[in-house]
Amino acid sequence: MAALEMTTPDAAGNRPPKFSTKNVNVFYGEKQALFDVELDIVENQVTSLIGPSGCGKSTYLRCLNRMNDVVEECRVDGSILLDGHNIYDRSVDVVQLRAEVGMVFQKPNPFPKSIFDNVAYGPRIHGLTSNRAELVELVESSLIRAGLYEEVKDRLDNPGTSLSGGQQQRLCIARAIAVQPEVILMDEPCSALDPIATARIEELIDELRENFTIIIVTHSMQQAARVSQRTAFFHLGKLVEVGDTEMIFTTPQDQRTQDYITGRFG
Amino acid sequence: MPLSILIAVLLTASAFAFYLGRGRAVAVAGGHVRNLHSLPSHYGAYVALWCALPAFGILAFWLVVEPAAIESFVVAGLPPEAANLPPDRLALLLNDIRNLADRGLVAGSGDQTVMAGAEHYLSLQRLGSTALTVIAIVLAMAGVAVGWRFVSPELRARNSVERTITAILVASSTIAIFTTIGIVLSLLFEAARFFNTVPVTEFLFGLEWSPQTAIREDQVGASGKFGAVPIFAGTMLISAIAMTVAVPIGLLSAIYMAEYAAPRVRSVIKPLLEILAGIPTVVYGFFAALTVAPFLRDNGSLLGLDVASESALAAGLVMGIMIVPFVSSISDDVITAVPKSLREGSLGLGATKSETIKKVVLPAALPGIVGGILLAVSRAIGETMIVVMAAGLAANLTANPLQAVTTVTVQIVTLLVGDQEFDSPKTLAAFALGLTLFCVTLVLNVYALFIVRKYREKYD
Ligand SMILES: Nc1ncnc2c1ncn2[C@@H]1O[C@H](COP(=O)(O)OP(=O)(O)OP(=O)(O)O)[C@@H](O)[C@H]1O
Ligand SMILES: [Mg+2]
Repeated sequence: MAALEMTTPDAAGNRPPKFSTKNVNVFYGEKQALFDVELDIVENQVTSLIGPSGCGKSTYLRCLNRMNDVVEECRVDGSILLDGHNIYDRSVDVVQLRAEVGMVFQKPNPFPKSIFDNVAYGPRIHGLTSNRAELVELVESSLIRAGLYEEVKDRLDNPGTSLSGGQQQRLCIARAIAVQPEVILMDEPCSALDPIATARIEELIDELRENFTIIIVTHSMQQAARVSQRTAFFHLGKLVEVGDTEMIFTTPQDQRTQDYITGRFG
Repeated sequence: MPLSILIAVLLTASAFAFYLGRGRAVAVAGGHVRNLHSLPSHYGAYVALWCALPAFGILAFWLVVEPAAIESFVVAGLPPEAANLPPDRLALLLNDIRNLADRGLVAGSGDQTVMAGAEHYLSLQRLGSTALTVIAIVLAMAGVAVGWRFVSPELRARNSVERTITAILVASSTIAIFTTIGIVLSLLFEAARFFNTVPVTEFLFGLEWSPQTAIREDQVGASGKFGAVPIFAGTMLISAIAMTVAVPIGLLSAIYMAEYAAPRVRSVIKPLLEILAGIPTVVYGFFAALTVAPFLRDNGSLLGLDVASESALAAGLVMGIMIVPFVSSISDDVITAVPKSLREGSLGLGATKSETIKKVVLPAALPGIVGGILLAVSRAIGETMIVVMAAGLAANLTANPLQAVTTVTVQIVTLLVGDQEFDSPKTLAAFALGLTLFCVTLVLNVYALFIVRKYREKYD
């Protein structure tokens, strides 16, 4: 495979997709939130999910690491394959799955623990390290990769909640990275942040793409355009259109996509 | 006119005043309510307040000063040789007069001075109550008239009414605060009198408690020992037993209710647990004394243990059950208040539910839980009925839960039950105990509230 293609692979790239979802229908009780969503997620790319509020972006994202299991009346139908294995299969261990598919939430949610313990949380519960030195190294490298280390290296014992909002969000990213997942799901990770912190996170996402597959929900068209290689547009629970980000934003095929990105509704 | 009827009359008058005021407001506005500054009902309330406040004010004033006023008139009317009696004899005489008057005059009972005094007393009382009735009703009517005159479209009736109501609310809460201050002061003064006879150091560090003192000067017998250590130790022991029961049960059931129970189960269990809090402590008391204590004694003797028929264990166990709802309901509240985002953050990292609870939810809720537990401790320390019935009276200094111990509250009860001389050290000791108990629970409560408050700030 040519190096050029490696850095800008397209949807029709010959590698198998990381996630492959077919006929995904999600119900909250009687109410159907997603209709027959069929979407492939390419490895080592950033895929952004856009669409008007309530169209099911979060719902779809939360299917990918089975966070919807937590919601009592939620039911998920269809096939969601991660590396070819159905994650809703009986034999799948949710704990294992979530270790492979990490998540960063809309509001930074550091645990009421020290910065160090926040990042060490995942490695500890999964037993990723065998001694203190390894743990320290893993925590530090995660903080470095999340671009937070320089700012907090002198105060790893301070509570995570003492950081600023943008730092907290990067801490949450470090926390997700520390588990060494393959995929990171981000649900509007910048919506609680100011433009500078947002730019910092966007930069970070771009760097992380090298090692992780990233799926990001965003309400900002500019953000989708800046950070993602592929964009999927959802509307009223249906996947309307998916394709290379550039193509979605310049020559959308569907009228609804066109209307949304030009700000005519949503 | 009897007081209750007078009050009813005044209330009815105020209700009338309300309608009058409202009607008047509509009338002065010429039927256009929008011309008025406030709503018609505000004008009604305005006139009603004019009617009620002065009348009830004079009523309250009279009720406060009446006894003293009548008394001084009665004394003034006594024959000179009685009026010049020394103060304590005079007080006795007045007491007789009051008793006679309250029982109703029975001819031939008591001596001449008392009879005459009682008659004077009754006539003064009658006069006073008639005067009060007349004055109150006149004031009420005058109030209505004044209020009525004031009603005009420009009158800011709403603002006046709101301000008056605020003042009434402030006054009510001040009453509560001053009562508390009064109680604390009386505790302080009586305790100070106690410490005049018994040194503070003996009270705080003495190891022996036997408050029986000789009642008469010439009586032989104990002079009393007032070392409070054994009874505070007993209180601690029983509270500790109670907390070892209440904390695990309360906390675990709170975790179950908040995290695991289906909504339907929760809606049954939570009220059930709260019913436990509504059982009168006396019921717990006889449950402890008649069921648990004998059970412990019998089973103890089977095991070869020597269990007293009144034991710290029995009282502590039952008290623990009593406190479970406090711990569980506060813990349940704080656990539910831990934001969902924290739970999801932990679950999203691949933690299981129990790991999430253990490592994220409980640490986040810990300050609140500790606060709840401290409140429960102060509850346990102050609890009286169960220990009176089940813990015994013997002031043993022991850490053995199978023996009888006694607590601060029990001692206060026994010191004050029955006929007492009011300024013997024995009686005053109750105040010293009460004061110490008050200080301990106060510190606990303040600290608990402080912790709970700090925790609240973090997640709001
Ligand atoms: N826990 C839930 N229970 C019931 N209905 C839900 C629940 N969560 C989401 N829904 C419904 O599912 C639909 C999709 O919601 P979802 O949160 O996925 O939207 P979204 O695209 O993420 O919106 P937003 O951009 O506002 O976050 C909505 O109609 C919502 O009302
Ligand atoms: Mg959403």
